[in-house]
Amino acid sequence: MKDIQELNLPADIRYSNDHEWAKLEGDTVKVGISDYAQDALGDIVFVELPEVGDTLGAGDEFGTLESVKAVSELYLPIGGEIVAVNSELEDSPELINQDPYGGWIIEIKPDDSGDIDKLLDREAYLELLKAE
Amino acid sequence: MRYLPHTDADIKTMFDAIGVKDFADIFSNIPENCRYDREMNLPEPKTEWELNTYMAGIRAMMEVTPDHTVLIGAGRYQHHIPSTIPALMSRSEFLTAYTPYQPEMAQGTLQGLFEYQTLTARLLGVDVANASMYDGASGLAEALLMGIRIGRKKKRVAVSGAIHPHYRAVVDTYFKPTEFEVVELPLLEDGTTDLSSLRDEDDLAAVALQSPNFFGVVEDLEAASAAIHDIDALCVACFSEPLAFGLMKSPGSCGADIVCGEGQSFGMPPSFGGPGLGMFGCRDKFVRNMPGRLVGETTDLDGKRGFVLTLSTREQHIRREKATSNICSNQGICTLTAAMYMASLGGSGLRKLARLNYDKAEYLKQGLQETGAACSFSAPTFNEFVVEFGGDFEPARKRLMEQGIVAGLALEPYYPGFKNRYLFCVTETASREIMDTVISEVAK
Amino acid sequence: MKNAPGRSGLIMDEPLLWEKGKVGRNGMSVSASDVPSAALDEQLCGAGPDFPDLSEVEIVRHYTRLSQWNFGVDTGMYPLGSCTMKYNPKINEKHAGSEAIATVHPMLDDEYCQGTLKIIYDLQNYLAEITGLDAVSVQPAAGAHGELAGMLIFEAYHQARGKKRTKILMPDTAHGTNPASAALCGYKPVPVKSGERGILDVEQIRELMDDETAGIMVTNPNTLGLFEENIREVADIVHGKGGLVYGDGANMNAVMGIVDMKKCGVDVLHLNLHKTFSTPHGGGGPGAGPVCVVEELAPYLPSPLVEFDGTAYRLEAARPESVGRMHCFHGNFGVLVRALCYILTMGAENLKKASQYAVLNASYIKVKLKDHLHLAYDRPCMHEAVFSDKKQQEFKVSTLDIAKRLMDSGYHPPTIYFPLVVPGAIMIEPTETETLEDLDTFIAVVKEIVAEAQSDPDLLRNAPQRFKVKRLDETAAARKPCLCG
Repeated sequence: MKDIQELNLPADIRYSNDHEWAKLEGDTVKVGISDYAQDALGDIVFVELPEVGDTLGAGDEFGTLESVKAVSELYLPIGGEIVAVNSELEDSPELINQDPYGGWIIEIKPDDSGDIDKLLDREAYLELLKAE
Repeated sequence: MRYLPHTDADIKTMFDAIGVKDFADIFSNIPENCRYDREMNLPEPKTEWELNTYMAGIRAMMEVTPDHTVLIGAGRYQHHIPSTIPALMSRSEFLTAYTPYQPEMAQGTLQGLFEYQTLTARLLGVDVANASMYDGASGLAEALLMGIRIGRKKKRVAVSGAIHPHYRAVVDTYFKPTEFEVVELPLLEDGTTDLSSLRDEDDLAAVALQSPNFFGVVEDLEAASAAIHDIDALCVACFSEPLAFGLMKSPGSCGADIVCGEGQSFGMPPSFGGPGLGMFGCRDKFVRNMPGRLVGETTDLDGKRGFVLTLSTREQHIRREKATSNICSNQGICTLTAAMYMASLGGSGLRKLARLNYDKAEYLKQGLQETGAACSFSAPTFNEFVVEFGGDFEPARKRLMEQGIVAGLALEPYYPGFKNRYLFCVTETASREIMDTVISEVAK
Repeated sequence: MKNAPGRSGLIMDEPLLWEKGKVGRNGMSVSASDVPSAALDEQLCGAGPDFPDLSEVEIVRHYTRLSQWNFGVDTGMYPLGSCTMKYNPKINEKHAGSEAIATVHPMLDDEYCQGTLKIIYDLQNYLAEITGLDAVSVQPAAGAHGELAGMLIFEAYHQARGKKRTKILMPDTAHGTNPASAALCGYKPVPVKSGERGILDVEQIRELMDDETAGIMVTNPNTLGLFEENIREVADIVHGKGGLVYGDGANMNAVMGIVDMKKCGVDVLHLNLHKTFSTPHGGGGPGAGPVCVVEELAPYLPSPLVEFDGTAYRLEAARPESVGRMHCFHGNFGVLVRALCYILTMGAENLKKASQYAVLNASYIKVKLKDHLHLAYDRPCMHEAVFSDKKQQEFKVSTLDIAKRLMDSGYHPPTIYFPLVVPGAIMIEPTETETLEDLDTFIAVVKEIVAEAQSDPDLLRNAPQRFKVKRLDETAAARKPCLCG
């Protein structure tokens, strides 16, 4: 398990209390899990993705990540409609371990484009990690 | 007592190490109001020799003995078991081992299970088979629950009325506390399932048939699976006599999505109904919804082939209330037994034995028809069939009992209206002589 | 390692069944036909499965070699917490396999099989006596199946009272089958955190219990190996709001003849015959999970039950309030025979001793190892003691590493990473059938391993070395499953 200093935490994205990240790209927001989360989970063996077109609220479960010995639910950091899922993860779930920020999981059209600013910035997320 | 090795000296040594003076001390934190305040009222302990005498007394209470020929199947079959099987399956490395969660010291069990999964998948014509459920009945219940999970929004399942009555009873038990409904499909005159009502259904997640069914009748699974897929439901094919697939087409090759049933015929004695073996398999795309343990092939640190329990996130010890089932213990040693039986018969032997069962059952069926009994169902059967006698068969049946033959199972208790109808099973264990005796007794 | 019984030896390789054999070989007798060949519609026929053809010798060697890669209770000590890996008596095998019992068909008329019906009847009664409860069904085929029976009984009970309850209290130490079984009946588990002392906290139960809650699922002794000292109060609170108490009897080996489950307030209890009652684990099964209930709930037990009218034994299926049938026939009957033989061999006095010695053995191990491995709860334990890898973390050695090194030493490891409330849990349950010398050797070996964790941790991280395979790539097995050959 990595120490806090070893973690890769980009400054240009937002983080949630559930260790997801969200990045605004034009109209839509890409969502994935942070380096801390992928490190804690270990080798990811399977990703359960939602259906494109589903509309979910903030905090709703949108999928799961499975490692050999555990399952982690994924919770939507902000509400919206699922416009894309990263289907590469079906055959190569290890992408999330290798590159947690390139290995995005879903893309949503947020109900409110301002919602993303309510999430934690890098500093606030670091504080959260130090407290864990 | 030979299973309790501690001497008084041992106990004293241990009391001293722990810092107690007696057992009362050790159990001192058990509240008074929880204590077993008397001696358990059980028979006096028996030495091995006394136990042997006692069990001989139990055996003497049995009116049907190993010398009887039992012409009943109905979910539990008399087949010859080669002596190699009890010899190898009683090896304590197999029998007294735990579930193979520590794979490095359990490769025997794990390779044995992988072989079982493979042979079972080939037998049933499915992509993948699990390492067993408890029996055919609970397997069917779990298959239908799996169908509901896959069907997502659908709330109903259908089961053929020609499925073993006890299997249907177990399905009802499992479904009763759920919000899902089980509907029963009626029978056609020829003994197969009437699927005509399916056309009007749109909320069925899965439809289950048994083939050969409880009456021994071979269902047309190809037509059935097509009709079932037409209404966007899953086809569940169950069975109680897997030997049939040495002769008949496998359910998977006929289009079944989930195949489940009883594997007892493959090396396990009838043993008053248990232990049995719930064989269970499905299409690849459904594997993550499948209950039960799964063994997978992998490599070790040196690149050597090895086997390991896998896809465990489906199971209760990881997924808990969201697991595909609550199953933990399965039928363990019985799966290895079945694999060893399948390997002992081999592909050639399986075909030969299945054909022998079919021919023998046909011989008795024809012989009984020649005495005037009516074959109740016109559709083809495997090693079981139903005949209806002109009058009361019970007197003849009693006479046959006295001659060491249990002639069939009366069906009226299971299907009211089936008066004088009997379900007969003939396997390779029933000689022509025995069958001729039955025929001549009926002819009287 | 100077103490360890594990050595090295010749391990024979053995391919998969279909990598051997030749078409035309056969491994068992198939009789020639004594009847004419009957007409057969070819349309129905398939080609038959692609099975290899093997000779008898090939098959016997195959399974002999496979068995030699395994480790059973007969090989060595198997201190798996919560599994009760006690000795499996051979005399029980003989009786379960005797021809007179093995050949019996389950659908014979009652009058023809009085012996086998008596076995079920007697076992029903003996298990009631041992647990202190009133009525028993031996039909469930495993512990989890017994739990399902229990949850179905809860459901039926509440339905009969006109109110469908939706929740069930679930201690965080519960075995995974508990919430899974509850979920099969539509109950939502409400987590109950264990108190500081590792047992249920009465105030929490009082707060959580309401009339939407069907009851509580309790394991007693619990999965930390501790007796739930507040069980009576907990039961009173649950009963007070119209709920029922389910007892998971997996740990019954600690309390036979010592604790009365009915007096504890338990309404429904399952037993694991393959744990407490010495039936073999078989590499994963078959087990048996009889369900025992208080008088009031007897009508709900699965059907049929065996009854005795003074002269004869009968299967009673006409039980209108029963939750129904759970197994095609009478459950794993062969397992029931073994358990009955065990009870008849032990008698009351020896069953009680078994529990006493089981607790004695675990307490002894606890006291001897507590200064070497971190003890999760420094309190009197019952038949199992829970440690953890806390002291080894600074050397970057985990519970898994300790377990694998124990394997090389000639032991099956204890239960690891369960219960979930103790991170890195190591649950040791020696059972009563281990000698004092074997316990002392085990203790000495664990101490050696603990020392190695500090002085030479790679020995642990690279273990095991002495088995047919080394550590296996479980990630690859899960990412790209290969489940069929």
